[in-house]
Formats: sequence, structure tokens, C-alpha cells
Amino acid sequence: MIRFHDVSVTYDGATTPVLAGVNLEVPEGELVLVMGSTGSGKSTLLRTINGLVPHFSGGTLRGKVEVDGRDTRTHRPRDLADVVGFVGQDPVAGFVTDNVEDELAYAMESLGVRAPVMRKRVEETLDLLGLADLRGRPLAHLSGGQQQRVAIGSVLTAHPRILVLDEPTSALDPLAAEDVLATLQRLVHDLGLTVVLAEHRLERVVQHADRIVWLPGAGAAPVDGVPAEVLAGTPIAPPVVELGRTAGWSPLPLTVRDARRRAGELRDRLAGAEPPAHRAATVGDPVASCRDLVAGYARRPVLRGLTLEVRAGEVVALMGRNGAGKSTLLKTVVGIHKPTSGRVDVAAAGLVPQVPSDILYAASVAAECASADRDAGAAPGTTRALLERLAPGVPDEQHPRDLSEGQKLTLALAVVLAARPKLLLLDEPTRGLDYTAKRRLVSILRELADDGHGIVLATHDVELVAEVASRVVVLADGEVVADGSAPDVVVSSPAFAPQVAKVMAPQPWLTARDVADALSVVEQRAPASVVETTPEER
Amino acid sequence: MGAPRVKRLRIRGTYYPRVLHPGAWWLWALGLAAAATRTTNPVPLVLIIAVTWFVVTARRGDTPWASSYGLFFRLALIVIAIHVFFQALLSSQAQGLAVLFTLPEIPLPDSTGIKLGGAVTLEAVLTAVYYGLQLATIFCCIGAANALGSARRLLRYVPGALYEIGIACVIALTFAPQLAADAARVRSAGRLRGSRRGLRAFGRLAMPILEGSLERSVDLAAAMDSRGYGRTTGESAAARRTTAALVLIGAFGLMVGVYGLLTAHSFGTPLLLAGAALGVAGLWLGGRRTGRTRYRPDPWALPEVLVAGSGVLVAAAMFWTADHSPALLTLASPTDVPPVPVLACVGILAGLLPAVLAPPYPVSSAAFEVAA
Repeated sequence: MIRFHDVSVTYDGATTPVLAGVNLEVPEGELVLVMGSTGSGKSTLLRTINGLVPHFSGGTLRGKVEVDGRDTRTHRPRDLADVVGFVGQDPVAGFVTDNVEDELAYAMESLGVRAPVMRKRVEETLDLLGLADLRGRPLAHLSGGQQQRVAIGSVLTAHPRILVLDEPTSALDPLAAEDVLATLQRLVHDLGLTVVLAEHRLERVVQHADRIVWLPGAGAAPVDGVPAEVLAGTPIAPPVVELGRTAGWSPLPLTVRDARRRAGELRDRLAGAEPPAHRAATVGDPVASCRDLVAGYARRPVLRGLTLEVRAGEVVALMGRNGAGKSTLLKTVVGIHKPTSGRVDVAAAGLVPQVPSDILYAASVAAECASADRDAGAAPGTTRALLERLAPGVPDEQHPRDLSEGQKLTLALAVVLAARPKLLLLDEPTRGLDYTAKRRLVSILRELADDGHGIVLATHDVELVAEVASRVVVLADGEVVADGSAPDVVVSSPAFAPQVAKVMAPQPWLTARDVADALSVVEQRAPASVVETTPEER
Repeated sequence: MGAPRVKRLRIRGTYYPRVLHPGAWWLWALGLAAAATRTTNPVPLVLIIAVTWFVVTARRGDTPWASSYGLFFRLALIVIAIHVFFQALLSSQAQGLAVLFTLPEIPLPDSTGIKLGGAVTLEAVLTAVYYGLQLATIFCCIGAANALGSARRLLRYVPGALYEIGIACVIALTFAPQLAADAARVRSAGRLRGSRRGLRAFGRLAMPILEGSLERSVDLAAAMDSRGYGRTTGESAAARRTTAALVLIGAFGLMVGVYGLLTAHSFGTPLLLAGAALGVAGLWLGGRRTGRTRYRPDPWALPEVLVAGSGVLVAAAMFWTADHSPALLTLASPTDVPPVPVLACVGILAGLLPAVLAPPYPVSSAAFEVAA
């Protein structure tokens, strides 16, 4: 279906190719997962399939990409629209019309499909993707998962044989992501569609993939094979695979179900060990306290009488579905949203917004740091020193827009920390981060907590919570419904349990690293002492 | 004993709850607005506003833009207020004798012909109210059209040759609210950094907003390209030039023709007709070559004709009155009691007909479930 013959791509002005030596063949009906860290060329690879690279992006493509017998050198993206459906990362950015039905029809209108055929295909697609109830709705009123499904539907109506998706679930909460992935699964199984997708959140998609293409980055040739084989050698892997490596299972388990069937033996080995408590080592004075907080809109309060206290040294994870009030709580605590009633007492607080580049204004990293020093009234060089500590080696002259997502987040974090906040708030910090960047963030957050900062993060990322949180607060409908240590809250919850916890239940293990540490202790036949916090990677 | 009788059930017409063609609503509203431009008599003007209000209340749906009439109505009130305020402040030399009150006057050189402050007369204020009312009436007509047939839906019916312009308008309509949302988000994030006020702060915040919207435009362009946009319009350059030439010459003819009509030159009507013909030919030629198809076009049936026709009727009655008894439509002195132009008013009342002739707006299933 798709053939890459020795493809390499070099963008204009770049000295080294983003992609090199790509020789791949994707047969019909396969679901292929493209993985790799940020900047490894995942998006570029996907975009060569429908000709956006090089026709739209510019740059030089050497070699040949053949899609259903058509050469992308001579076919522009619009000429491939009836073979390849391309869905970008942010569905909203690709919407042309304003309601569901028109959006589904748009591609067919462009292709000149006859009206009766169009009508029939729209109805079929509405049913296939479960969108029939939403047909007349304005696109702006849909939830993230529904928008992503409309985006998929809007390319499906042209009856393509290949579907290409660039990080389709990155911006979605766990339930919406499952919704979208179940839809994809159905398309592959029922329609025999060939699907190529890139995704950072491997734990969500690995189980659906027939094949993995791993891009090691830096122009190295891609590694390609069945998931269990490829994942045995990659530095990035979902937690369940890490657990499999730790326990020495072969072939590696890809799903919680696979792992669980083998976990009995592992649980026996760990019977004597006590899982780490995931509590803050030292807890200081309160840095923020909310009492009976009501906030939101005039007639529709988002927070309803919420009471919460955060102490120095704690890492509090705020969880809950979209619209539960997480972001509103953060904004109210930091003071950009005025509460309707209730009391908020906060020491100096700093918020890293969901889109870090919202607080980055300057044309270079150096200028950004200098202006942050001025804004915060700190000594010149403070921000730059912070940045150097958090992420060494970010070049001074680079434009903040051109940094990787992880670097952007660290820069925003440094800018916020320059004002020396006692309380640090982060809104969805792992959106768009790859595993390496996430690991870096975890160690930074631990360090900051040890320094005596209080940290609150609103997140959907259960694996991050398992790694870093010393306390988990679950919000629903503007109220606190659960508040306790991470193992207490997360292990028993079907939506919020991390993969390792699902595998190891009823034993409350949260991360593969906890298990590895405990195993090494057990195997040395050392007394079953409790490891208070996991050692940090520094 | 005979052949069993065939039971025939015939239901006539296209009158069932459905969305009316937006073009019909716009023609109706334009008829009312055209009528409003012919008069400064408050009686027909207030009547027109009442008609638009009544029809909107009777036939609007539950769409987000259906509430836009209220917005336009408030805008209309502001227009009147502004008119009165400036007329009072800047009234030129004495406009009547009935002085209401006197404002402190700021002397300006006579050569400017403007007077700031001074005596405010009843005549000046009434004239301002009447002219403001005329403008306000036109606002209400546009508001009604927007509430009943969304501008965005109407854009689906631009001729094929103007498709690019139509799609640009749709994207602009989508982008404006997104830009506003972006601006609000970046501004609140900016406050986190102790952002300064004033022009400098604005410059600083403008950067992320503009960069964000630029990125979004590029994403949109990529998405449109991937979905086949522009695929079927690859025609020869000569054909494209012919279309462009026809449309341009046609537009020029229309312009000169309208000028001729307004200045009562004899060349007006023929030029107007020729220009229109050329323009239509160009649009038809251009539209024929785009291989695009249209998904679920709204039908143009009897209700559409009736609704558009009632708007034409309103305008016709008003224009006839303007021709035959102009004194009824323009007051000789603003303090006169406004006369009632009977024919024009009857015509305006015909504008109420869509409230019954147009099919009712279908209730969306979600709203229905709530009601049930």
C-alpha cells in the first residue's frame, strides 16, 4: 500500500536530514505505530505519505514514496485526497466549516462527488463513528474526543484506503482517548483500512499496533518490526513493557491483560517487600489554603465550596475529568480568576499555563531570561541560571518557538521560578512531552519539592501521577471526592490506575521502577526494609 | 363489484417544519431595509422594526446566531443615542425656535460653520431622532436576517466562480472568535508574569497571539490541501482570464449603469442590463468549470418565494408612495405630527406574512428530549 524507497528529507536551511535511509513497506490493512522522541522526524514521516512533505512544507525529498501506486513526487496532497486521509494533532485547527454534517461533506464537495452519493456517505460515516446525535451541532460545542472523531470522519467520507494520524490522542483525557482508539480499531477491523499513526502516549496505543516503526532520531535509519521485538530495544517504552523488562519476561507483554496473566509469579517474589509509600519526605508549613471556595460563572459555579490545603514539600496531583474544575482551581489560587465566595490564603504562587508559550514573548532565550529577571525583580542572570539547572544546554540565541515542547516547558518553568514562588502550579504539564522529557520533568519536580516548594499539578496523565505525586486529589463537579496518598487513591480507581498498578493488584505497586528497586532488595536477601522514596536520577 | 378503490393521500406543498433557504430571509429583510431608506417618517419606521421583531420571535430557531437579533436591536438603540448626542452638541446654526435647554458654548471661528454647544432646540433633537431611527431600522432588518438565516449558511450559495471568496469569508468568521479566545488566554497568562499595562504590554502580548494565529492558518491550509481543496479547479489560464474579464467588465457596466440611473441619464438602464448580463455570464462560466458539488442544498420552493415576495411587496409599496406622495414620507417640519402613509403601512404589514407563511423551525432532537 505504502512504499518508501530510500527516502531522506532535508528541510531548507538545515544541514542534516530529519529523516534518512527510510526503506519501508506497509501492506494493506495494517495498523502501524510510528514512535520516537520529539524532533526524531515522526511528523515528517507521516507527512511524506500524503505529499505535504515536500509539496506544502518545502525542503528536499530524496528517494521515492509510492502510495497505492501513485508517486508523491508527481501527486500533490490534493491529488492524493481520495487515497490518503490525513488528520493533524489539533482537530480544531483543521476544521473548515462550523457544523458536523458540513464538515463531513467538505472533502467530498472538493472532490466533486455527486450529491446522492455524498448524502449516503455522510449518513454512513455518522453511524460508523457514532456521531449521528451530533449531526447538526456546531463544532465548537463538541468535546475533545468528539472533535477528534469528526476530524477522522471528515477524511473518511472521501473513502481513502489509508488513514494517517499525527498524535490523535495527545490532547485528550484517558476516556476520550479510549473512545478515539476504539474507533480506529473498528476502522482497521471492519473496513480493512491501513492506519499509520504517531503517538507519544505509547501506553494507550501499543496494544492496537500490528507493527512499530521506531525513529531513533538524528537521521538514523528507522527500526521496524512487531511491537514486542522493537520495544525490547528502545529507550522509550510504556510502563507495562518496562515492567516486563524488569521481570525478565519474554516475549514482552504489550497489554495489561498479557502482563497480568504472568504477574502471579512476580507477585509471589515480592510478597515480603513493602511497596514505597509515595509520601512527601518532609512536609512543611501550609503554602496555600482554600476554604469553602466557590468560583466560576455567575449562574454556573465550577467550584462548589471546595476546601483544600497544600503544604511545602508536597506534590499534589489534581485529577478529574474535563470540566471538573481543575483549571479553575489553579487560576483562582494564583489570582487571575476571582472567586465568588470563600477564602484563599496563598503564599507567593506561580502558574505554568497549559500552553507554555503563552508566557514566552521574547525573540530569543537570552532575551526571555533577561525580561523574566526584570519582571520578577530578580538579580540579572537568575532565570538563566535556573534554566541551566533545569535543562542544561539550551542555546541562548534560539527563538522560544523553535524549542522542543520539553524545552519550552522548562523555559516557562524557569521564568515562573525566577519570581521565587513558594507554591508552583502546573496545568497539564505533560501535553506533547515525550518519555525522555517527562522523565526530566519528574526529576525536576522532585528536586523542587525537596527544596521546600509546594507543587500542584492538574493532569490526566496517570503515569506521571504514579511517578511523582505524594498526594492525589480527585475533583468531580467542583468538589473534592478523594484526597489521599497516591497508592490509596489511584490503585482502586478504574480510570486513574496506572498500568503497573493494574498488573500488580491487589499489591499496591505504582511504577516499574518501584518494582525493580524492591526486586533488587529482595534478591540481595536484605531485610525487607522500606525504601522511603525512590532514588532520583541525577 | 369493481376494482378496489385506490386510496389516494396527497399532501401538498413544502410546508413542514424545516429550515428555510437563508436567501429567502435575506431578500425579505433587504426589502424591509430598502423600504426604510425611503422615509424618515417615524410611523412606518417603527412599524418596520415591530414587523422584524414579530417575525423573528415567531420563526427563529435554537441556533447560536438566533439570539443575534437582540444584539442588533441594542446596537440600533445606541445608534439613535449617538445621533441625538452629536446633534445636540454640534448642531449648526439655529434649527428652529423651541429651545429645550442651553449648553455652554465653545466659540469656534465662523469659517468652520460649526457650533459647539449652545442652544439645543426641539427641532434639532427630533430630526436627529428620526434620522437615527432610519439607521436603527436598517440595523434591525439586518439583525433579523442574521437571526433567521445565518450569514454563514448564505455563504454556501455564493456562485461557484466566487467560491474562493466565499470560503475566505467562512474562515474569517471562524477565526475571529478563535483569535478573541486566544487573546483572552494569553492576556490572563500575561498577568502571571506581572505584565505591565499600556502599549508596551500590548506589543509584548501581540507576539504570541499573532504567532499562534499564523500557525493555525498554516495548519488549516495543510488540512484543506489534504482534503482535496482546489483539486478540480485546475482549468486553463485562458479560460480563467475570460471569466475574470467578463466579471470585471460586467461589474464596471453595473457601476456606470447605477450612476446613470441615479443621475437620470438615458444610458443608465441599458448599461445596467448589459453589465448584469456580462457579470452573470462570467459567474456562470466560472461556476461551470469548478467540479465542486454541493452537499444538501436547501430547496427553493413555494414558502421561499412567498417570504422573499413579501419583502419585495413591502419595498414596492414604499417606493410607490415615495413616487406619488413624497410628503407623507418626509416631514416638512420635524415638529409636525407625523402623517400616516396608509398604503406604505399596509405594505409593511405584508412583511408580517412570513410569520405564518414560512415553515416553523424544526426543534432539534436534544431540545425535544428536554421538552418531552
